[in-house]
Amino acid sequence: MKGKEQTNRSFFDVDIASLSLKLKLALILANSGIFIFILALFNVQLPSSPIFLSAALVLISAGVIIYSNETYGKKKAGVNNRGVWLTSITSRGVLAWLLGITITLLYIVLYFYPNLLGLGENGQPNTGLVALFDPLSLWLSRKPANQWFVYSTLYTLGIFIFGYKFMLKYKGNRYQQIRTISVMFFQLGFAFLIPELMARLNSENFSLPYNDFKNLWPLNYYNFEQYRVDQLLSSGNIGLALLILAVLSTFVISPILTYKYGKRWYCSWVCGCGGLAETAGDSFRHLSSKTLFSWKVERWTIHLTLVFVVIMTTAVIASYLGSDTSKYWLTKDAFLIMIGAGLTLVFSLIMIFKRKELGKDARYGAIGFFAIIMSLLGIHLFSSHNTLFFIEAETLRRSYGFMIGSIFSGVIGVGFYPIMGNRVWCRYGCPMAAILGMQQRFFSKFRITTNGGQCISCGSCSSQCEMGIDVRSYAQKGENIVRSSCVGCGICAAVCPRGVLKLENGSLDETISQSPFPSENHLGSNE
Amino acid sequence: MTLENVIIIGNGVSGVTLARHIRKLSNHRITVISNETRFFYARTALMYVYMGELTFEDTKPYEDWFWKKNRIDIIEAEVVAIDKTQQTVSLSNGESLAYDKLILATGSRPRTLDWIEEDLKGIQAFYHKQDLDLLEEHAPNNTVCKRAVVVGGGLIGIELVEMLHSRGIHVTFLVREPSFRGGLIPQSESNMISDHIRDWGIDLRVNANLQTIKAHENKRIKSIIIEETQEEIPCDLVCITIGVTPNIELAQSSDIETNMGILVNEYLETNVPQVYAVGNCAEPRNKAYKNKFAANWYTARMMGETLAHTICGNKTAYNPDHLFDAAKFLSIEFQSYGTVNSIAAPGNAQFHWKHELENKSITVEYSKDSHHFLGIHAYGIRLRHEIINRWLAEKQTVHYVLTNLHQANFEIEFSQTYEKEIVSMFHANFENIKG
Repeated sequence: MKGKEQTNRSFFDVDIASLSLKLKLALILANSGIFIFILALFNVQLPSSPIFLSAALVLISAGVIIYSNETYGKKKAGVNNRGVWLTSITSRGVLAWLLGITITLLYIVLYFYPNLLGLGENGQPNTGLVALFDPLSLWLSRKPANQWFVYSTLYTLGIFIFGYKFMLKYKGNRYQQIRTISVMFFQLGFAFLIPELMARLNSENFSLPYNDFKNLWPLNYYNFEQYRVDQLLSSGNIGLALLILAVLSTFVISPILTYKYGKRWYCSWVCGCGGLAETAGDSFRHLSSKTLFSWKVERWTIHLTLVFVVIMTTAVIASYLGSDTSKYWLTKDAFLIMIGAGLTLVFSLIMIFKRKELGKDARYGAIGFFAIIMSLLGIHLFSSHNTLFFIEAETLRRSYGFMIGSIFSGVIGVGFYPIMGNRVWCRYGCPMAAILGMQQRFFSKFRITTNGGQCISCGSCSSQCEMGIDVRSYAQKGENIVRSSCVGCGICAAVCPRGVLKLENGSLDETISQSPFPSENHLGSNE
Repeated sequence: MTLENVIIIGNGVSGVTLARHIRKLSNHRITVISNETRFFYARTALMYVYMGELTFEDTKPYEDWFWKKNRIDIIEAEVVAIDKTQQTVSLSNGESLAYDKLILATGSRPRTLDWIEEDLKGIQAFYHKQDLDLLEEHAPNNTVCKRAVVVGGGLIGIELVEMLHSRGIHVTFLVREPSFRGGLIPQSESNMISDHIRDWGIDLRVNANLQTIKAHENKRIKSIIIEETQEEIPCDLVCITIGVTPNIELAQSSDIETNMGILVNEYLETNVPQVYAVGNCAEPRNKAYKNKFAANWYTARMMGETLAHTICGNKTAYNPDHLFDAAKFLSIEFQSYGTVNSIAAPGNAQFHWKHELENKSITVEYSKDSHHFLGIHAYGIRLRHEIINRWLAEKQTVHYVLTNLHQANFEIEFSQTYEKEIVSMFHANFENIKG
């Protein structure tokens, strides 16, 4: 069907000759910047790298800024997503595949072959692209760059320049403006500058691990690994404070904020993955699948990742805890009992109070996962077996890091933007999103309110939902939308041609629906 | 409940809403017959397909498996005859089906001008999926279609203007009235939208009727002439959007009573037992119901839902209390609740506020004596349906409504609000009105 629709659409197709002079200039500038990176990558000796690095970053930024001004600058406030299905790069055309494959390959190199980027191994100095970034890294943290510094710099730049584009595109919508400034702030401050500057404080007898305060466990799955905890505990009060902050963030601060504002406080205001998705990934948001089938798949994959990260983290922490209470108050057994009790509490609360709101598959899934985790904990406590869950903690940790941390969140998560939409990782994989989502669904004031009977079923909201929620299926019945996956980006409300949707933090008891029409089954069937 | 054969002719919003609700309430056998598209799509969304915001697939509110799963049979055919005594319908494919209940949800079709030669190329309406395909052929870009003329200042007209504009096509918009929607809405609102249309670079011609269409030898159109000015405007496409007319031929040929539409009572029953009509094809016998049968998405959906109750044994009158409507004029959103006349009705008065610079305004109509709030128009401001509906039901005073307007605010979070400005203007101008 789409093939047929895409004929005769030369007006929107990328046709260089039809680009305005300014757009051509933007293209030339951005590509010149990228060209400097390519030269560096192939080890062309650039005379003075601070100048070339600055030039590359400035050229790329200038290109994107000119493009944004030219495309959205003169437009009036309103809906500015015309033609997304008519343009090759945003409708899974040839350009989209080329871009997707390029990003995917870059991520594979970044994660598994950093030497190709010029990372100096075994104390050798950096070469190539990584060396190009050395001056900036030395200036910030007094250390030479590595592949992660390169990545982090470009990531932050991406959020800024595409965030600028996003703000122009959604001008007149203050929610979008403020939200974008927020993700820019957290990326620049918390993810980029603070960790680099903190690295300056490190000396021979004082060493803090790399710390992005906003990167909470379980998204940050390595937060409680032995080397980090050891480092923190050996860094005096500051280290201890940071460790306590990490635990509080996940278990106290996050639930409070999610109760008040929904998971959006994190996913589309603070999180770095979300930040990139909302800015650089904005042009691909409509590509997410809206089918019921995808929703079913998503619920299994995201919760499986959550179970995986809980098991992995429990095993890793247990592996370095001792059994002697006189040495340290938290022993392995005490820790495992604590985890078991915590999981039992959450499981019971959901089963007692929210049982009716769970789908059949969710009920079976929850009971199944709970039974498995508890029996594994039980077997361990009442036997002399050394390895928790029968697999070495280190093996679990390495497999999680490889499969989830690298492949899923990085390679697929960003590489597949142009094919599967900008929230592939957030939707199908992120364990943090799973936890926040569970809370959002059951215990949060946040919902998207549907304005009575005003929906015209046009489907603009569903189409633009990056999480693949079929927003229309609720709106056309006059129901409010309370979905665990909703990241509260607010684009559905922005594009609705009848002003039917509003994100709000209301009262807890009216989150589901107060509609003038009888409510129907959420899955879109009228059984 | 005995199981019945329910046949619905037409799969637009009224027919499909009816089918869905019958399924929710019963196990009746449901058959939907249509010859437009196999699966229900939202007609309101066709414009977004042309503008590249949606694919046609996106316009379907239900996935294709939905119908089978909910045991709603779909037949792609045209109904050619109804046998009232045998209770059967004959289809264009030769089949004949028996019904216990028959519902005509045949909708409407665009009106046309009878003097237009049928074989001219480059003239069309915009209503069906087929019209979208035709438009794609006539106006794929601004090379093939340099200039287009849209005739008729209705809602479909302004949508076409926006669509053609999105592909860089120069559009001339002929409106019969002295301003866009003049005489239908208060004049200041009409002026605001007319200015907005011109702001977009649209060539809006008011007090303008189409006199004739000229064509090349090969039947491709080449220009139109405006009756009032005799001006000739060269163009490659003419879109005729001068309203719709109910599809009543099937009813007429089956001796079901019709006027402009198929005549029904408040239970949506026609004069023939077991035969009903819903949506745009229906016309109320009782003229007082005219507004409640206004041809739009909302009334069609409400009729469908109401009739489902009747069909399933709970006889329910179609009588929505407070009407509402919504539309969008290029980038100005519009919401309407209750009644606001173009000029306050006798015994009524209006309060009007407009933002100094932006396209935002509200108009409230109220009774002069009791000060009861009767209706509100809002442009560029989103209001909460539930609250306004309650105020209308409670017969609140205009004073109460305006001073509590913030409660009805449905704007996106962090949006600028205008209630203070509105209230202070109200107090300044209407000191005599007390709550």
